[in-house]
This record gives sequence, structure tokens and C-alpha cells, in this order.
Amino acid sequence: MSDNLITFTNVSRFYGEVLGINKVSLSIPPGITSLVGPNGSGKTTLMNLMAGLIRPTQGEITVCGVPPSHPERLCRLMGYCTQFDAFPKGLNGYQFIYWFLRMHAMSPAECDQKTAAALERVNMTPAAQRPVAAYSKGMRQRIKLAQAIAHDPQVLVLDEPLNGLDPMARAETIALFREWGQNGRHVIVSSHILHEVDQISDQVILLSHGYVVAEGEIQGVRSEVKEQPMQILVRCNDPGGLASRLFHQDHIVEAKVSKDRKGLLLRTTDADGFYLLLNRVILDSGLEVESVAPADDDVNSVYQYLIGGEGATV
Amino acid sequence: MSWLWLHQIGAVLRLEMRKTFFSKRSWWIYCLAAMPVLICVLHWLVEGRRMGGRHTLGEDSMIFAGLFQFFYLRATIFFGCMGIFSNLFRGEMLEKTLHYYFLTPMRRELLVTGKYLAGLAVALVVFVGSTSASFLTIGRHFGPAWSDYLYHGPGMQQLGSYVLVATLASLGYGAVFVMCGLLFRNPMIPAAVVFVWENLNPFLPSLLKKVSVIFYLRSLCPVEVPVPPPFSVMVIDTDPTPAWLAIPGLLAVAGIILAYSAIAARQTEINYGE
Repeated sequence: MSDNLITFTNVSRFYGEVLGINKVSLSIPPGITSLVGPNGSGKTTLMNLMAGLIRPTQGEITVCGVPPSHPERLCRLMGYCTQFDAFPKGLNGYQFIYWFLRMHAMSPAECDQKTAAALERVNMTPAAQRPVAAYSKGMRQRIKLAQAIAHDPQVLVLDEPLNGLDPMARAETIALFREWGQNGRHVIVSSHILHEVDQISDQVILLSHGYVVAEGEIQGVRSEVKEQPMQILVRCNDPGGLASRLFHQDHIVEAKVSKDRKGLLLRTTDADGFYLLLNRVILDSGLEVESVAPADDDVNSVYQYLIGGEGATV
Repeated sequence: MSWLWLHQIGAVLRLEMRKTFFSKRSWWIYCLAAMPVLICVLHWLVEGRRMGGRHTLGEDSMIFAGLFQFFYLRATIFFGCMGIFSNLFRGEMLEKTLHYYFLTPMRRELLVTGKYLAGLAVALVVFVGSTSASFLTIGRHFGPAWSDYLYHGPGMQQLGSYVLVATLASLGYGAVFVMCGLLFRNPMIPAAVVFVWENLNPFLPSLLKKVSVIFYLRSLCPVEVPVPPPFSVMVIDTDPTPAWLAIPGLLAVAGIILAYSAIAARQTEINYGE
């Protein structure tokens, strides 16, 4: 089972006196996992540790059963698109991917075929013969992504991969992540853009000041934040009537009727109790309910509750 | 599968040679290597016009020996190797591109070997080429006598010795500077220390003389050049090391330094100083 997981066991990393991450224990299953946290929270440190670019001060890491101290095994199953916007000099887009594939000891024909496929994947085929130095920021980001996926890795690690991409490229890149995630691979993404994280993630890891604040599926994480009442939006034909019936319940902290008078936003400390109560009200009063949905079980809300406003972009 | 490592070294070698040969960053190395060739060409042209020059072929041989020992070994090859080899890793760190290599499924030892061989290939082409061109040009104004010296006299043997010494110098200094590039943020500082040590060599006690590259290289040079006065009074004479000891000794030292560099590369982390 652990051969399919990325595990951190009590991992700490210090840069001299400065804390990178501290006592992190994680077990990341396949799918899209987002690392979320403000600048300096330890996202890149976590990714670099996973890829073996830095070593932990203490603790153990395995990526699908392989320790990062064995790059000859690890880098066959991992592709890492780093945040560094730098490229080896004098190479064009094709050569950049092709020559690093050759270091996997593949045949020239196989490298050629994989390079062409990776370029096609990120829509960079027309620009492949141009020097990387002449690329725009978005193109550089895409060619890095192509280089990371070219050898078809089982684990794809991406540090701020959507930076510098135009909306079209962003949508295509997100679609690529989804496809990889759905194929049972690991896609580890760090991002500041919370609504995009929310769209793509199967699970999130929230980091702050080098500590893991929360991890897991976002709804699960939200339900663990007990000190913040859950927000639930009920769209119905009589929100005022519903509010008056609910208000005497202890667990209902706040109720707000929306401006169009067709919605009621509630804050409750007992979501399960609320849903049971709502069923009873519907049966008793014949209330016509259009929709009932949690209003704050997204990454942004959880981020605000656990970390605060620093550093995130909504 | 057992030849995997060879393919990987080959890939690094080819990529590095693409990047290193004729790169803009290396222009000064080519200038440094071209300088003695230019001097020898000028010597040929000037002496050729004098119609029956004032010196002998033996003197030209001595001039070349001086040029080789004091300019090639102590400046061109030393600084050229510093430029080529210390940049193999340090240059990548400065340009923030080393992680691309570290993210390939190859052992760091192989990466060090591949990069070293690429640097060595460039150094050999540049320095052996320059040495050979200088040697073949310096006596051209003697006409048939020079051809006779080359093909029927000791000329070719001397050229072979100079080529061997230039090769061993590139091997030895190359290994030293690969290690400097891996271990030091600023390889100029250890390079300066090595430079001073190598140039102090004639004045060091016998035992300390042997802890250097230049001592063994000088032992292999075909023509001995005495240190000129007033420095000659400070020279401490030592028996030269025989070739059978000097050559394998230098190769062994280069091998040990490279092995240490490989260990250092395994410990190297990506930290571009951000």
C-alpha cells in the first residue's frame, strides 16, 4: 500500500537557524494534492525534499516506496517543474527536453518521440525550434511543464505552475492536471491562487510557518474547524419563515436573508443537527427548497479560518 | 541495462560539449590559448624576413620550453582549466540550472564524470591544439632544417612530450577545479591559493615540492628551463620524478580528487542563495 503513497515521517528541515518545515508527518495518496500557504510557509521546501534536491535535517521521506536519496530510481517516477525561471544556455525548446531525456538513457528515437509528445501536450510544437531565451514568461512556464512530464512520471510535482499563464493556457494546464490525477497518478501542486486550487484539488495540505496546519479532503478539513460555525446557504421560497423557525435552536448562530429574498445564509455549530431540523421543517411547513449547500467548505474559507489573510490570492 | 551508465555519461558529455564549446563565456580562454600561437607566428614571420636569423634551432627549442613552462603551464592551462572546469558545477549554480541535472535518474558520480569528460575534451582540443600549433610554428623560419628537426631529429618526440604534459596538466588541474566548483561558492579563492602554491614550487623544500601538479609536469618536459636570476639563488634543487612514477601518480591524484568530488556532489543540495 505504501508503494502508492508519498510519506513524510516526522520530517524537519532547518536552513541554519531558519525553520523550513518542522515535524511534518504526511501520507499523500494519488490524485491532485495542493500545497497551500503564505510565502515562507514551507511549500517549496516540502517539494524540494520530496524531489531530493535538499535533504531533511531529520525524519524520513519515501515517494512510492523510493527514498529521495536514490535519484536513479526516484527521478524515473517523478517529474518536477520548479519555480526557477532559468534554463541551460544555448538550447531551443526541443533540445531542452530532448537532452535531459537522453540522460534517462533512452534511445534517440524514443527521446525524439517523447519530446514531440510533450511539446504537443503543452501546445509548444510551433515554438520548439526557437531558443528558450526568446520565450515569453508563459512559454517558459509551459516548456518547463513539458520537460517535467516528458518521461511520463508517476508523480508530478509542480511549484506555482500557473504563474505567468494566460487564461487559455491556464485552463489547458488545469485540464492536464485533472487528467493525470484521474489516471491514478500523484499531482502535487503549490499555488497562491485559491479558487484554482479549489477547482482542481482532491486534497489540500495547508502550511503555515513550516507546520502542517491541516490536510485531507477540503470538506473534511472544513468540518474539523470546529471553532468556526459552518455556513450553509438554503435557497427556498420563504427564507424569512425558515429563519424564524430555526432561530430558537441553540446551534444556529446567525441567519441572513439574501437581498433577492430567495436565500437564507445560516451559520451553525452543528451542521448535522441543522440538516435533520431542515428535513422536519420541510415536512411540517411544505417549504419549497431549491438548493442546500455549504457556503464555506472551499479552500479559501478554510485558509482564512486557519491561516488568515496573509499571502493568498483569491 | 548494464551499459545504462555509459549512455548517461554520453548524454551529459554531448550536452555539455554543446554548451561549453564556443560559448560566449569562454571567449577569454580561447584568447589565452591563441596568444602563444600568435607569438610563435609573429616569431616565424619576423625571423623569416631577417634572412639567416641570429639564433640557432636549439635556442628556439629552449624558447619554446620557456614559453611552455612559464606561459602554458602556469597561465594558459592553469587559468583555462579554472575557467572551464570550475564552471561545470558552479556556473550551473549561478545560472540556477543545476537542478535539471539533479532531477535526472542518474547517479551524481556519473554526472561528475560526464561533466569532467566534457570539460576535458574542450581543454584538450584547446590546449593540446594550441601547444601543437605553437611548437610547429616556432621554427618554421628555419625551413628544411626545421622539417628535418621534426621528422628526423628529436622534434616529434619533444612535441609528443609537450602534448603529454598538456594533457596531464588538463587532467590534473581539471580535477582540482571541478572539486573547487563543487565545494566553494567562489572558486577564485581556492584557485588563487593553488596558483600561488604551484608558482612557489621551485623554492619549496623537496618534500613540499612533491605536493603539487607542476612538479611532476616539469619532470616530464623534454627540455629543462633554469629559473632566471635573481630568483635562481632561491631555487632548491630536487631530483625530477621519473616518468613511470610521474604519469601514474598524476592520474591517481586526479582520480582521487574526482572521487572526492563525486562524494561532494552526492551531498550537494540545490540552494541558489535565495
